[in-house]
Parts: sequence; C-alpha cells; structure tokens
Amino acid sequence: MGYLGGFLVSLRQIGRKQRVTPQYPKEKAPKPIRVHGRHVLNRYEDGMEKCIGCELCAGVCPAKCIFVRGADNPIDDPVSPGERFGYIYEINYLRCIHCDLCVEACPTEAITESKMFEFSFTNRADAIYTKAELVVDDDGMPQKMPWEDWREGEDLPTSAWMRATSPSGSAAFEGVVGWSGELGYGIRAPEAAQDIKDAVNTPLDMIDEHGHGHEDHAPGTPEHVSPSHDDHGAQDDDEWGGDR
Amino acid sequence: MLGGDPLLSGHIDLAVVLIVVLKVVAVFAFLLVATMLMIWFERKVVSDFQNRVGPNTAGPFGILQTLADGIKFFFKEDLIPDRAERRVFILAPLLTVVPAFLLFTIVPFGGDFSNGHDGSVEIFGHTTYLQLADPAIGILFALAMSSIAVYGVMLAGWSSGSKYPLIGSVRASAQMVSYEAALGLSVCAVVLTTGTLSTHGIVVAQAGSGWGGFIPHWNLIAAGFVPFVVFLLASQAELNRPPFDLVEAEQELVGSYHTEYSSIRFALFFVAEFMNSVTMAAIIVTLFLGGPAGPALIGPGWLWGIIWFLLKMTAFLFLFVWVRSSLPRVRYDQLMDLGWKVLIPLSLGWLLLLATFWVARDQHWNGFVTVAIGAVVGLTGYGLLKAAISTSRARRLEGVVD
Repeated sequence: MGYLGGFLVSLRQIGRKQRVTPQYPKEKAPKPIRVHGRHVLNRYEDGMEKCIGCELCAGVCPAKCIFVRGADNPIDDPVSPGERFGYIYEINYLRCIHCDLCVEACPTEAITESKMFEFSFTNRADAIYTKAELVVDDDGMPQKMPWEDWREGEDLPTSAWMRATSPSGSAAFEGVVGWSGELGYGIRAPEAAQDIKDAVNTPLDMIDEHGHGHEDHAPGTPEHVSPSHDDHGAQDDDEWGGDR
Repeated sequence: MLGGDPLLSGHIDLAVVLIVVLKVVAVFAFLLVATMLMIWFERKVVSDFQNRVGPNTAGPFGILQTLADGIKFFFKEDLIPDRAERRVFILAPLLTVVPAFLLFTIVPFGGDFSNGHDGSVEIFGHTTYLQLADPAIGILFALAMSSIAVYGVMLAGWSSGSKYPLIGSVRASAQMVSYEAALGLSVCAVVLTTGTLSTHGIVVAQAGSGWGGFIPHWNLIAAGFVPFVVFLLASQAELNRPPFDLVEAEQELVGSYHTEYSSIRFALFFVAEFMNSVTMAAIIVTLFLGGPAGPALIGPGWLWGIIWFLLKMTAFLFLFVWVRSSLPRVRYDQLMDLGWKVLIPLSLGWLLLLATFWVARDQHWNGFVTVAIGAVVGLTGYGLLKAAISTSRARRLEGVVD
C-alpha cells in the first residue's frame, strides 16, 4: 500500500471491542489487593480499640499528616486493653500521601488502609479526619462519609500488607498468622503462599483471597505451620515481639 | 452582482425579501448546528481511532458536549493581555469567524438536479435556488473569504504581544499564502472544465446521468483526478488541520495565535476552525462531486438534493478526521516543499494540459499529436523542475547559497 498503508492501520483501530476505558464514575476498574486508600482505625473482636497512642505512626509519617496524643485509660471504662489509648487521633488528608508507612510502624495493627481513595471533600475541615471518623463501626467496617465513594469490596481487605508474608519476614514463617483479631473479621487469613503464586505465575496483586472469618483460622491454629516450627511457639505473640 | 438566482431577477416584493431572510436564517442555523455536530463528530471519531470513548455524558452519545462547552465559554473570564493591541485583539476573532460564515453563502446545499432539472425550487410561488447567494464571481468569493480569514489569524498573533502567537501567525501567513496558490490553480481547472465561476453553474454542469448512464459527470473525473487531490491537500493546509497544523502546533507554540485568548473570543476561533472544515468539505463536494446533484429516488427532488449533499459532505468530514488521526504533523520545510515544489507545479502543469486539450478539441487539432506534445512538454517541465531543485540543494549543501 505504500504511502496509504498507514491509513488502514488507523482504520483498523475503530471498533467497540478494542476500547479498554472503564466508564469510571459508573464503574471502577478492579483495584490491586494491596492498594493504599483511606485509613481505618481497627478494633479488637471484643470492641476495644487497638490504638495505644504510641505516636509511632505520627513519627514515621513523611508528610507529617498524623497527629496523635495518648492518654491513660480510664480505669472504670477502658478504651483499649492495656495502659494507654489514643486520646486524639487526626489524619490530615490534604497532606497524606498514602505511603502506608504508618501501617507498617503500628505495633498493634491499629491503623490500616482501606481500598477507597476516591473522596473529595469540599472544605478543609472535612479533610481532617478525627477518631470519630476513622474508627471502624460496630461491624468492623469503615465509617462512610457522604463525600466518599465506597463501592463493593473496597472496605473488606483493610490490612493487605500484613497478610503478605510472615510477619517477621522469614520465609520459614510464610503463611503464619502473627496478628491479632479484628472486630467483624476475627483473625484474617494470610495471603496465598508464595509457592502457589509462583506456580500459577500470576502477579501478586492479582491473587485475590478473602479468606477471613473465624471458622477457617481459629486463633492459635495457623494452617501452614510445619512441625519443626512448633517448638518455637510460632503462634505466640510475645515470642514474636521478642524476636523482632 | 446578485447573480443567477431567478428569485432576484424579477420584481422584488415582500415575499422575496422574506424568502431571503428565511434562507439567511436557515443557512446560519444549519452552519451553527453543523459546526456543533462536527466538533462532536470529530471528537467521537478520533476517540474511536484511538481506542477511546470520547464525549459520552452530555446528551445521547455526548452529542450535546459542544453546547455544554460553548455555554461554559460564555461564563469564563475574558482576559486581554497588558501588552496586547486592544482593538486589533478584539477584532481578530471576528475577522476569523465572519468569513467562516460568509464562505457558506455560495454553497448550493440542495435543490432538484435530477432528470435535467436545474436545481430550482418553488417557495411561496417564487422560483429560487437552495443557496443563499449565487453571485457571478461564484467560487472566487470563496477564495477571497478564505484569504480574509488569514488576516484574523495573523492579526490575532500579532496583537497578542507575545512571542509564540507571533511565530504562529508568521507561520500561518506563510502557509496560507503558499497553499492558496495551489488551491486557486486547482479551482481554475474546475472553472476551465465547467466554463463558469458560479457555484450553481458548476453543480448544474456536473448533474445529469453521466457517462454510460451511471458514472456521474463529476469534475473529479472530468477535470482529471489531479486537481481534486491538489485541492484536497491544499484545503487541509488552508484549514490548519493536521498534518498541516503547524500554525497551532500545541507542542511547539502552545496553541500559537490563540494562546492569549480566553473565554468566548477563544471559542470564536475554535468555532471558526471547525466551521471552515464543514464549509471546505461543502466546497469540495460542490467543486468536484456535484454538490447536491444526484438521483431522486422516492419523494420530492429538492429533499434528495439536501440528502446527497449531506452524505457527500459527511464522507469528506470523515476523511478529514481520518487523515488527522493517521498522519503526524509535517516539518516546516516539508510543508513548504510540498506546497511550492509539488502542488503548485503539479496544478499549474495540469491546468496547462487541460487548457491545451480544450483548445485542441475546439480547434479540431490532431488528438494524438496534441497528447504527444503535451506529454513531452509536461515531462520536460518535470525534468527541468527536478534538475533545478537538485541543483539548488547541491549548492545549498556547498554553502554557496543560504
């Protein structure tokens, strides 16, 4: 075709089938399982808050968007198990870069991130989320502000990073659950084991596993613990803390 | 001056004036709606070429997107830069948009040309053509208007008091002047073939059942394929459409002459640009594809004129968009080379050949000898041109001339 061949190249692009554009406001493209969205402050299964007001998240935050002040738990009505609790907890979303460093710094898995990042507040006061907005509700689900665009499934896996590998980073503990239960979920299942991922040759993000719930993973009985690790007390949270 | 329209040749009463007013309003409305749809059509088709969706929210299939954009433009802040020449700056968009409107006045957009009819229709007992004006100068008016439109672009760039618009307007004037020559020469070929300047006359000459009863008597064939191709290429350059959109060249000139414009003044440039695309398609259809001429199948003949006209025009508008989405922008020297070294010699040579054949036919010369001499002269001219170009290139490389 010589000079005119290029015209056929462009003409062949016409057609509905070749379009990949999602109709965004109506439908959303599927999100990777570890996507970083709006934070939530988690609670234990008995309803106690996980935050202990240690301010490690505020310290590690590169955008300086977190403001935390701890206080002693009231003796007659404790907010969290233990001595201290997060008395003030604020995240300024005009500053937050969703780097997830706060989630990694948190010693009690109190702060995690949901998958929802589409929130457009119309004034600065709305941009600063306080504990009242961040703490999960009584079902363990994130509270949904009117200006936030929550869709199906975006509030479910709120702590994806933790279920990636074994908490200590050691390959021997792969698949071992090393975190506490959450209100509404119980103890979350770990992500699928690395060897399975390698076998199916799928990008990590594309493997979707929502194996949450009490019945599958009762506390103290993780699935993939090999006998050689039993004597280390792999399930014991105190032991984990010591190793780190 | 008022030309061949039978409406204006007789006694002019109120009904005649009303018909003219009606036609003015109809053409104005048609042009605005066509421009609106063209912008939508172009965005939609380009999106299709690029595997995108395009505007799809305002109205069905996003067809009202242009309307929404237009309303938005009205409410935007109108800025006039400090260093702008205020009066010229305000005048320039009007100088672009008014010729864009006037261009369409000479285009026959309907009428019954089937079965030997001359395209006239009856409105309120008066016979008239379905075109706003049919001046004797006809197609020259179109050339004049498209030349005036250059002033708008040029003055806009100059009066902005900013360097990118100035560069753009310099490019614009150079480009338009270069390509207007080729455009005019290819129009000459059409005028030579049909023997009239009047657009109505050009359409009438192309109407009829044609050669063998089914090959239409279009100038596309009658004038040879060359003027059509030259006109098509030159019209793209005249319209500043890709691949000849060096005048706007967003990547280099930030939009060039309309960089400093905002609000409705910018919208005027934008509208004029797309309106010119519509009009240019209409003029191509008129000159080379018989305009509204075509067989009337069922129903009134004048309606079929409009239908054929719109169909042909839409085909060309699609072609414009297709070209735009297929070709990258040419370099400036390529643009000038194409204009001066290819299109102008080609159309000039073709015009001479065509004239020779017409004279030969009138004077009953020996056809074979005429063709032979024509071919020899044409090839000699081609050889000389090629030699001249290669010599100048060689001398330029030696550094003898700059």
